[in-house]
Amino acid sequence: MSPEQVVPRGYVLRYNLRERLTHWIAAIAYLYLLVTGLAFWSPWLFWLAVILGGAPVSRMLHPWAGLIFFGAVCNMYVMWSVQMKSTDADKAWWKAVKYYSTNQDDKMPPAGRYNAGQKFLFWGFFWSAVALLATGIVLWFPESIPWNLRLLRYLSVLIHPAAALLTIGLFLIHLYMGLFAERGAFGSVIRGDVSIAFAKRYHPGWYKEIVGESSAPRK
Amino acid sequence: MSQETLRIQKISGHAGSVPGEGTQREYTVCKLIDTTTCIGCKACEVACMEWNDLPFGETIFDNTYQTMPETRWNYWNLILFNEHEREDGSLMWLMRKNQCMHCAEPGCLAACPADGAIVQYTNGIVDFQQANCIGCGYCITGCPFDIPKMNPQTHRVFKCTLCTDRVSEGLEPACIKSCPTGCLHFGSKDDMKFLAEGRAKQLRDHSNFPHAGVYDPPGVGGTGVIYVLHDASNPEIYGGLPEDPHIPWSVKLWKGPLKWLGNLAMVGGLAALFVHYLRYGPKEREGEDLGEGGRKS
Repeated sequence: MSPEQVVPRGYVLRYNLRERLTHWIAAIAYLYLLVTGLAFWSPWLFWLAVILGGAPVSRMLHPWAGLIFFGAVCNMYVMWSVQMKSTDADKAWWKAVKYYSTNQDDKMPPAGRYNAGQKFLFWGFFWSAVALLATGIVLWFPESIPWNLRLLRYLSVLIHPAAALLTIGLFLIHLYMGLFAERGAFGSVIRGDVSIAFAKRYHPGWYKEIVGESSAPRK
Repeated sequence: MSQETLRIQKISGHAGSVPGEGTQREYTVCKLIDTTTCIGCKACEVACMEWNDLPFGETIFDNTYQTMPETRWNYWNLILFNEHEREDGSLMWLMRKNQCMHCAEPGCLAACPADGAIVQYTNGIVDFQQANCIGCGYCITGCPFDIPKMNPQTHRVFKCTLCTDRVSEGLEPACIKSCPTGCLHFGSKDDMKFLAEGRAKQLRDHSNFPHAGVYDPPGVGGTGVIYVLHDASNPEIYGGLPEDPHIPWSVKLWKGPLKWLGNLAMVGGLAALFVHYLRYGPKEREGEDLGEGGRKS
């Protein structure tokens, strides 16, 4: 990965190539998991598996897509877990969340690289992914779970869809924020950069940090 | 193994109505197994393999009168053997022919997500349609009797069909035909219940089995296979026959409240986001450009 990516004037780099690649590996795997999972969730959505090559194929590939998704999430943990730690500023952010959700961002306490909502999304996805992996392995090989350990199967058939539903809630909000609410957010995960105005508006703490870095005297 | 002459009253993973529901005048069929007259000869095991053309597999000898530890995808009928010491110190050999119980409320069918992979005919037989099976194994979790077994090569699940093909032609299942002691009977559920209760009463009144009774567990709506047991108060001694079988609680929660809550949350969430966008729109204000608009590169 080149250490410096050329960014047009008026823009700052927000996501480097590794971050963007990881995001899209997770996103594509998640979309496949979502669609095939919904097919298994309800008979009314079973046709989703049919258009993806048939339900037996979906059943065969769903666990492998799950492993890819979990791998990407692990990489996100490595990259972001420190930045996603909760701070006192996050408590103030949650108190003011009604201003955030009604587009009065000037009334929000300044956020760092990630605001408290994004941190919640990250940890929600991370712990759901852990639960989905643990229960998913049981559901992958149910015939190998002996009868006296059947409680594992009973818990898995319940926790797996429950955790998936939680991620769907997070995913819908994530999609809404990235595609509709914050113009420029989608471009940032494609090309990596955001406009300075975007950075100042939504992540003033982070903007100050990077500007401070670049204007620091060089040795 | 779809049977044209049999109509379907329950279908797994099915959206919409069920074609055969309430359309046919049909007896509920039932197999009666009298464990008190079973001698453990395995004729029924052989007949099952013969009629269904099941491939031969290794048997496992463990110094008992049992062919193998449990049923397999290609071994649907297994006589379970248990030595049991009664309170007076006398010894009993318990033989219980184990196979699919053909529940009125089948846990396998409730758990199955594949359209038409598991059906229940109007005569009560629960049958797997391997052509529609997707190999997920949820039926294994749904079954309270540990009956469905996965073929590791084809990744499809198999179990006793109650010889659906024979029954639809007016014949009794192969196991029934082979039984030399007459401990197996086949007929309508009402007739079999009558026969079983009579036999249980005989055991209570004239033999030393005061707890003799009929096993037809109400937790799964009754079964299409019923047992006469010497001791109906303790079915567990017959190779772990569950005392009060139910569809697992988690399968009920998953297919019941969780499904409705989840569907409501997903549809409600989408609607809420849509309304939010109509009311508040994007965070960018008019005339502002935080994203793509002014970009030249």
